[in-house]
Amino acid sequence: MEELLRPFDFEFFRNGLIVATLAGALCGMVGVYVVLKGMSYIGHGLSHAIFGGFAASALLGVNFALGAGVWGVASALMINGVTRRRVIGADAAIGVITTASFALGLALFAVFGRAGRSFDAALFGSILGVGPEDVWAIVAVTVLVAVVVFFGYRQLLFTTFDPEVAEASGVRTARVDALLMLALAGSILATMQVLGVTLIAATLVIPATVARMLTDSFSRMLLLATGIGAVTGFVGMNLSYHLDVQSGPTIVLVGAALFALVFALTGRRGRRRTAGLDRRATTSLSPVSSTSR
Amino acid sequence: MTPPGATELVRLAGVNCSYGGDPVLADVDLAVTARQFSGIVGPSGSGKTTLLRVLLGSVEPSAGTVWRRPGLRVGYVPQVEAVDWSFPVTVAECVLMARTHGRVLPWRSRSEQAEVREILGRLGIEELASRHIRDLSGGQQQRVFIARALLGAPDLLLMDEPTSGVDVRTRHDVLHLLEDLHGDGLAIVLTTHDLNGMAAHLPHIVCLNTEVLGEGSPREVLTPDVLERTYGARMEILEHAGMPVVLDRYASADNVVRLRKTGA
Repeated sequence: MEELLRPFDFEFFRNGLIVATLAGALCGMVGVYVVLKGMSYIGHGLSHAIFGGFAASALLGVNFALGAGVWGVASALMINGVTRRRVIGADAAIGVITTASFALGLALFAVFGRAGRSFDAALFGSILGVGPEDVWAIVAVTVLVAVVVFFGYRQLLFTTFDPEVAEASGVRTARVDALLMLALAGSILATMQVLGVTLIAATLVIPATVARMLTDSFSRMLLLATGIGAVTGFVGMNLSYHLDVQSGPTIVLVGAALFALVFALTGRRGRRRTAGLDRRATTSLSPVSSTSR
Repeated sequence: MTPPGATELVRLAGVNCSYGGDPVLADVDLAVTARQFSGIVGPSGSGKTTLLRVLLGSVEPSAGTVWRRPGLRVGYVPQVEAVDWSFPVTVAECVLMARTHGRVLPWRSRSEQAEVREILGRLGIEELASRHIRDLSGGQQQRVFIARALLGAPDLLLMDEPTSGVDVRTRHDVLHLLEDLHGDGLAIVLTTHDLNGMAAHLPHIVCLNTEVLGEGSPREVLTPDVLERTYGARMEILEHAGMPVVLDRYASADNVVRLRKTGA
């Protein structure tokens, strides 16, 4: 028991634990919308795009939150615009935007060296670089996103389920989608240090998918995914310390183990519930496409 | 556009719509009045759903004008095939989606709970409130989306293919339910492929194939000429119990003879 509690003596671990738990909860909450709107690919791409901003801000000596934040918001709004207007194949456009941004980040680090924040931590997550400012950043983003989800619950649900009718009923779906993309970008920015850009997508998808296997109610799925994300972050961070493995992979592996357990326990019912999650494949932000005339 | 009549809810004048340059609606003039009960019929790809979306306001025409009565409330019931049945919503959650204005808190107020119960009870599905929308029969699923539309207290209910993919009994149940709602004063416009079901239940039919090719009572519209222009195929029209019955011209001659013998 003493061994289990020993890491709590260290401030960096306490900070890391708070950040990982809140990161899990935040990604679990946002992940519900990401999964149900078929935006998993967007979440994955956006986290890679933000890496470009991370590299640029580190090399230019600009504040990380400001540099990567502006980059992330610009990428999120660009992706939102591309997917809504459907001017070209949305998944191809997102692939180009996000991987080019990621490649730019890698190139900048290669040319100018790895100054400032840890390169590996940005990619795979680490608790070593977590400071009080990271704790405050994630607390602020979590509270902000929770407020948006709480007060925008009805509009977000209607837009996610039935964007066309929601729009016709007076819901400003374009604004709701943009808000969701900003929440996603904020969540990625705030959790990048602990989870790493290459693994954030998993923390968005796994809690929501596990929650979907456990319930048929949207409100319960939202609460469950938030709770599952928080528990996964907490347990994963503790294991990360004791096993001496990076925090990002450990948290994702805990989530994957939980997924396997719930998948086995819920059996056919769980599989039936998640069977349609790929129906809105990859990039369906509203308005819905339809072949009906 | 001539001034709309006192009972008009929506009026389309010279409406054109196109997807990627292909015309879907051409020069459509159509008025929907209070207490109207209309069916839009036409072949696949004839623009039925687009016309419904123009009436709803979710599709903007590329040309022409759309007038809506100020303050008009429109309810929409989507095609069953367009609904994501795997989405995690219970019947009550689905119905309450219509309430996005007024209350910002996520959970239902007591008055909202009472309203949802009342509407579900009116449609005969109150006991299904906590069920997932996938775990319902075709008729019950239609009723859930009708309930969602009714929660917004609409003046006009638009329904996309409400009788597709359901068995004969469910189709009649749905159409009888719509007759009851129409009897309560609701204007209803629906799209369908079911010509004979429309002839039996609806007082007004619009034949559409990119343009409006006929409009009026079933007896006025369901004629061989109008149907040939609409569907591009000749059809036989018989009389049965005072109603027109549409037969494909190439249907078995034996079947036609048998129908004639049984009282047509």
